[in-house]
Amino acid sequence: MNNSLPIVKDLKEKFGDTHILEQQTRDEFPTVWVPAAHSKDVLRYLKYSIDRPYKMLYDLTAIDERVRYYRDGQPPSDCTVVYHLLSFERNEDIRVKIPLRENSLALPSIVDIFPVANWYEREVWDMFGIKFDGHPNLRRILMPPTWKGHPLRKDHPARATEMGPFQLPEEKQEHEQRALQFKPEEWGLERQSEDSDFMFLNIGPQHPGTHGVLRVILQLDGEEIIDAIPDIGYHHRGAEKMAERQSWHTFIPYTDRIDYLGGVMNNFAYVLAVEKLAGIEVPDRVKVIRIMLSELFRIASHLVWYGTFAQDVGQMSPVFYMFTDREKILAVIEAVCGDRMHPNWFRIGGLAQDLPNGWEKLVQDVLDTMNKNLNEYHKIVMKNRILKARTVDIGAITLDEAIEWGVTGPMLRACGLEWDFRKKRPYSGYDQFEFDIPTATKGDCYDRAVVRIEEIRQSLRIIEQCMKNMPEGYYKSDHPLTTPPRKAGTMKDIETLITHFLSVSWGPVMPAGEAFFGIEATKGNNGYYLVSDKNTISYRTRIRTPSFPHMQIIPLMSNGTTVPDLLAILGSIDFVLADVDR
Amino acid sequence: MSETLQHIVIVFGILFGLLTLAAGLIWIERRLLGVWQNRYGPNRVGPLGIFIVLADMIKIFFKEDWIPPFADKKVFVIAPTIIMFVVLMSWAVVPVAPGVVVLDLNVGILFFLAMSSIGIYSTVLAGWASNNKYSLLGGLRMSAQMFSYEVFMGLSLMGVVIMAGSFNLTDIVNAQKNMWFVVPQFLGFIIFFIAGLAESHRLPFDMPEAESELIAGFHSEYSGMKFGMFFVGEYVGVTLISAFIVTLFFGGWHGPVLPPFVWFFLKMMFFICLFVLLRAALPRPRYDQLLSYGWKILLPLALLNIVVTGGLVLAFE
Repeated sequence: MNNSLPIVKDLKEKFGDTHILEQQTRDEFPTVWVPAAHSKDVLRYLKYSIDRPYKMLYDLTAIDERVRYYRDGQPPSDCTVVYHLLSFERNEDIRVKIPLRENSLALPSIVDIFPVANWYEREVWDMFGIKFDGHPNLRRILMPPTWKGHPLRKDHPARATEMGPFQLPEEKQEHEQRALQFKPEEWGLERQSEDSDFMFLNIGPQHPGTHGVLRVILQLDGEEIIDAIPDIGYHHRGAEKMAERQSWHTFIPYTDRIDYLGGVMNNFAYVLAVEKLAGIEVPDRVKVIRIMLSELFRIASHLVWYGTFAQDVGQMSPVFYMFTDREKILAVIEAVCGDRMHPNWFRIGGLAQDLPNGWEKLVQDVLDTMNKNLNEYHKIVMKNRILKARTVDIGAITLDEAIEWGVTGPMLRACGLEWDFRKKRPYSGYDQFEFDIPTATKGDCYDRAVVRIEEIRQSLRIIEQCMKNMPEGYYKSDHPLTTPPRKAGTMKDIETLITHFLSVSWGPVMPAGEAFFGIEATKGNNGYYLVSDKNTISYRTRIRTPSFPHMQIIPLMSNGTTVPDLLAILGSIDFVLADVDR
Repeated sequence: MSETLQHIVIVFGILFGLLTLAAGLIWIERRLLGVWQNRYGPNRVGPLGIFIVLADMIKIFFKEDWIPPFADKKVFVIAPTIIMFVVLMSWAVVPVAPGVVVLDLNVGILFFLAMSSIGIYSTVLAGWASNNKYSLLGGLRMSAQMFSYEVFMGLSLMGVVIMAGSFNLTDIVNAQKNMWFVVPQFLGFIIFFIAGLAESHRLPFDMPEAESELIAGFHSEYSGMKFGMFFVGEYVGVTLISAFIVTLFFGGWHGPVLPPFVWFFLKMMFFICLFVLLRAALPRPRYDQLLSYGWKILLPLALLNIVVTGGLVLAFE
């Protein structure tokens, strides 16, 4: 056992050997088991008392362990709550696991330590039925309030066909409709103040300004926002549950649909996590192609944001220009992947195919037009004084707030922290590329825009380097777990044939263990936390998406502003509802 | 031809021409927006897609004429008729060519200002009667916007009135025979243009509708022909403001070679296209920014304009 991790030693010294149990994981993150009684103390210690603290609650989730087979060296647990903390000073993560038994599924809430835990704890309650004592508003967040059961438990059916035919008798219908009625008190909203009655306005779930099925409940005094409460879950499709039915390989297309503007960027995080689990090293060509495609998608996604952001503050035309440009990028993506928005193109240990002949010309086309057009867009959008008046100093958050609330990606960089996984933890060979991390200082809507636009330019730089230095080689790794595996040797020796046959018909069997991989996706840090029970399917797949915590800070950014400001703020966050709800 | 008959021809000629133009604007605006946005716009129905106007008309006429059960029915129905009535009435005082005017009022400008004040009721009542929160916000924004822009819209015209020495629009056009008022009254023109833009509540001053914020603002609940009246009313409003800009600042029908009517039309079309271009180009300010811009910048400027113009006119007389 590798006991040399200083942070684990530190914890053991502080809380005693008996309370801290270390676990080895494939991603080599320090992972410690802490009894429920000490969970809060440990987290508080990690955030406040330790030197170079873990300031961000990066993720909070749970694992239903009841039918897991391979868990040697782990304390007995029916349901494990997993806290994932991130320290920017250390550039390190730590995972804190709390074992819980079936008859006492409860933990103290940590909302007072990490405010971002609010929604995460609600999600864990919703999905696993674990109670968090002291939580201010522990109600379902993704599932409808009338839902029976907790979907991510292993005993909850994964398919509608397992649940019997759907019926809607009159009492049930009335019950459901009553549950839909809006009662301000349930959301902790006052109906009136001393001198005015408030108006409650539903922005969404169907509204042109919310970019999808998001509902924001506004408590208004005139047009001033007293409180804004985002209500999510309308786009929830149970991606994490689906992962427990799909083979490692067949889950890839589902990842495309998480951040549907990010395309291969979703494949990227998932495939890298699986490769870490399996210990696959991919050839250089694969790495560079993956980077090139990801950066193309980053630009495409940022262009959608750029256009709709301008549209949200009332500028009508830019969205057409941006979409025209995005169309060019999608043409490259279509030529390479065969599909536009949901390319489903990365594979475990490689890619679906090699690049098509003549791809350089298409990519060069994009580079030429984009470099030219970006300057023009800067003139018509970013330099416009009305747009500046609408976005400068609107929806500003400080760096501390951003870290406190789990903000990542361009929004974090707009607050002044130069934090980008591509630089800080270079994956897939990003360290071989020359590019800068754009930052800004104020953290308002305008600065977020500035950061994203500069990111487009940096992505163009990366793509250009990819194009000029594309390595030769095969588009798949030789590792036996590569899916689909290479066929070359199958007709020559029986071992390869058997592995190939099993891997293609059943799907690969990943070694037991746990691995997390986070990448710098279009909207922030996207990560997959995979638990393998040495099977053809994942035991538990946790998808850490950037938009989920971003959604939670809407009240922080918009309280005290007005309705038009809210729309500018929503536009500046750059979220995708599927990325929020999964 | 007897005088009465001639008058009737003028009345119906202008009315017909105006409504045709307003309907045609559906096509003009969408094609122009298309040009400026790297796309085609409607180009399928008829030559260059011009029959899209007919298609739109048919659609609007045959849509279900629905009044929401929660709405205040009478007011809900009356509201869209007000805007149509008001913009058409305002057109009555516009001289299109020498002698071609429906009503040669000696208080033409005042009549126009009065009518546009009444026009506010249309949107405010529509917003109120719809009994919808988005409509209500739209209606509120509209009233605030109109009340503040009304003030210096009137004031911005006083410079012209001082120079022409008349409220009568025909006299004003005649006074510009040698020099268009846009030259001495450039400030007045700019202020009137902005105020007119706000009056016709089009982007960048479309806060009452503000698609990305308020869905469709005050007319969210309207459909069919009642929506059509707001729609056409807006276009007639655009032609009206353009016509007034031409009449007051750009010499009305005056111009060399071409007949007066053509000059008037060309100048008016220029401003209509400018309205469309502004819509394509600019984002929307926040309504409080709009109001403070009006009260803090435009109003003092309009007052300054009156003082300077009045002073100069007095000094030179």
